[in-house]
Amino acid sequence: MRALDLFNFNLQVIYRQPMRSAMLLVAIAIGVIAINLLTGLGEGGKRYVLGEFDFLGKNVLIILPGKKETTGGMPPVTGETPRDLTLQDAAALKRLPMVSDVAPLIAGKAQVSRDASNREAFTVGTNRAFFRVRQLHIASGKALPSLPLDQAEAVCILGPTLRRELFGTQPALGEWVRAGDRRFRVIGILQPEGQGLGFDMNEVMIIPVASAQALFNQQGLFRIFVELRSLDNLAGSRAMLTNLLRERHGGEEDVTLITQDSLISAFAGILDVMTLAVAGIAAISMLVAGILIMNVTLITVSQRTEEIGLLKALGAPESTVRLIFLAEAGMMASCGAVFGLVISNILLFVARTVYPAIAFTTPAWAQIGSLLLALLTALLFALLPAQKAARLAPLEALQNKRAA
Amino acid sequence: MIQLQQLCRTFFAGDQAVHALDHIDLVIARGEYLSVMGPSGSGKSTLLNILGLLDGPNSGTYRLGGVETTTLSEESRAGLRRQQIGFVFQSYHLIARLSAWENIELPLVLAGEPPSSRRSKVNAIVQRLGLSERATHAPHQLSGGQRQRVAIGRAIIMKPQLILADEPTGNLDSVSGGEVIALLEELNREGITLLVVTHDDAIGARAQRRLKMLDGRVHADSGPAQPLPGADSPTHLPEREVDARP
Repeated sequence: MRALDLFNFNLQVIYRQPMRSAMLLVAIAIGVIAINLLTGLGEGGKRYVLGEFDFLGKNVLIILPGKKETTGGMPPVTGETPRDLTLQDAAALKRLPMVSDVAPLIAGKAQVSRDASNREAFTVGTNRAFFRVRQLHIASGKALPSLPLDQAEAVCILGPTLRRELFGTQPALGEWVRAGDRRFRVIGILQPEGQGLGFDMNEVMIIPVASAQALFNQQGLFRIFVELRSLDNLAGSRAMLTNLLRERHGGEEDVTLITQDSLISAFAGILDVMTLAVAGIAAISMLVAGILIMNVTLITVSQRTEEIGLLKALGAPESTVRLIFLAEAGMMASCGAVFGLVISNILLFVARTVYPAIAFTTPAWAQIGSLLLALLTALLFALLPAQKAARLAPLEALQNKRAA
Repeated sequence: MIQLQQLCRTFFAGDQAVHALDHIDLVIARGEYLSVMGPSGSGKSTLLNILGLLDGPNSGTYRLGGVETTTLSEESRAGLRRQQIGFVFQSYHLIARLSAWENIELPLVLAGEPPSSRRSKVNAIVQRLGLSERATHAPHQLSGGQRQRVAIGRAIIMKPQLILADEPTGNLDSVSGGEVIALLEELNREGITLLVVTHDDAIGARAQRRLKMLDGRVHADSGPAQPLPGADSPTHLPEREVDARP
């Protein structure tokens, strides 16, 4: 039997039973939609989380005060608080040969006001290197000046949202704002950008690190970003940084080093497993569709027993009869899968429009995979009924008493 | 063309063995016109089913065109049915969703013929059967006689050697029944071997050779007919080699 004839023959069968065909189509479409939507959610979530770390270059390490035990459990109860990370630590790190730059960071909330406008703003004390390490861009004005780490200066850079809230449409560069009991002159405005590691850079005020120490009356650093000259021998560089800080901290290893890589790989691993688990759950709906296909095909075979007998009497071999029923299931599955792909892409598009921050897209492997899975499921579950049809004895099938 | 030797077909109803065919010996020559008559349960339908390779015997041999069929695989038997045998059933067995034209075309489609050659063959048959105006109608839009003509069209589209008709007029009034029989006889005059199973004495009597069956045996056989008056007219159907392969 020719492929086109087979197609037309089955098309007539499918048209003749619109309810049954629509039901199968919807079942398969739902399976495909489930796979695509859930994978899309998983992928979107993963990209969103990983995007949070994206602002850091690969050659940047983050040093946090305190030892984070990866094994979990309670912190030690010896009553020792970890030693602060100090500006002197940062300066010592910068003197290491493989370190190209360091950016210390102090962060806190400060009441920022200008005339009558007044709000609490997230205030970051750092140095000029921070702008490069954190990949911040200046929209107008300039970044922090290059200063010795321990030198305060009454200048600040504002995030675009904060600037708008304080100054409205008036020019801000060169104006003064008050933070706590100090005044800072606005020398630069940041370009708008997304969030990173939980702080919104659009609402931030950046000041020299020494000024922040004075403002918050706090010596300890929140963290230190260390930029390495190269990624070669990352493990060796880590060891040298750790050794240096241990020596400086009286022999105690009381800091944590994080690389962007380790963060991303830890999260990516978890998120991949989540995406797969979610896709697996979705695949169960395909299994349900498969069982429905088997049921419906079995019913079809028994309804069309007489026709099968006739085809055999007309000389159709077993292979042709089997092919007819397999092809019918395959046609329905392909149709339903394409339908499902279209619907799920529309839904994902709507989701992206409503939540632009999260890139809900289904990767190509999942789209093609769901299509193939639908086809495979249909063929697999139709095989048994098709085989049953093919094996019918011609005479018994023909005599299956039903009016023509 | 057909040779049956000591052919038996036994069914079991519980422990009771029913000898539907009991050691049948029968030889049918090419171009013969046979009627098979007999009471219900005499084995005439079983004989037709075995001759049509829809059913197999329990013992004995059946040679069709020189090929021993009892040892063939189901696939080879399907091939013989496709190439050599046309069936006409009492209940037509048309596919309801297909038009008259498509029902006639079906054997060609199953055999994988290209559409271009199918079209001319089906058109020729549709015209010959006087179904041109009804070709696009579905079976339920046709009268019984028209349906049976469609079924005959389907039976002869592959140019078979043998037509097996099981009560072809059983569901028809006498006028359309007569037309159907006339059509079958016309095909027989062109060289097709025709075997008609019937209850109707008048129809049975029209055949040159008449078998009467009783309890699974051939009770009476009028014997091979003398050459027909019109047998020397050219046959429209070419002789063909038996090909048992599907």
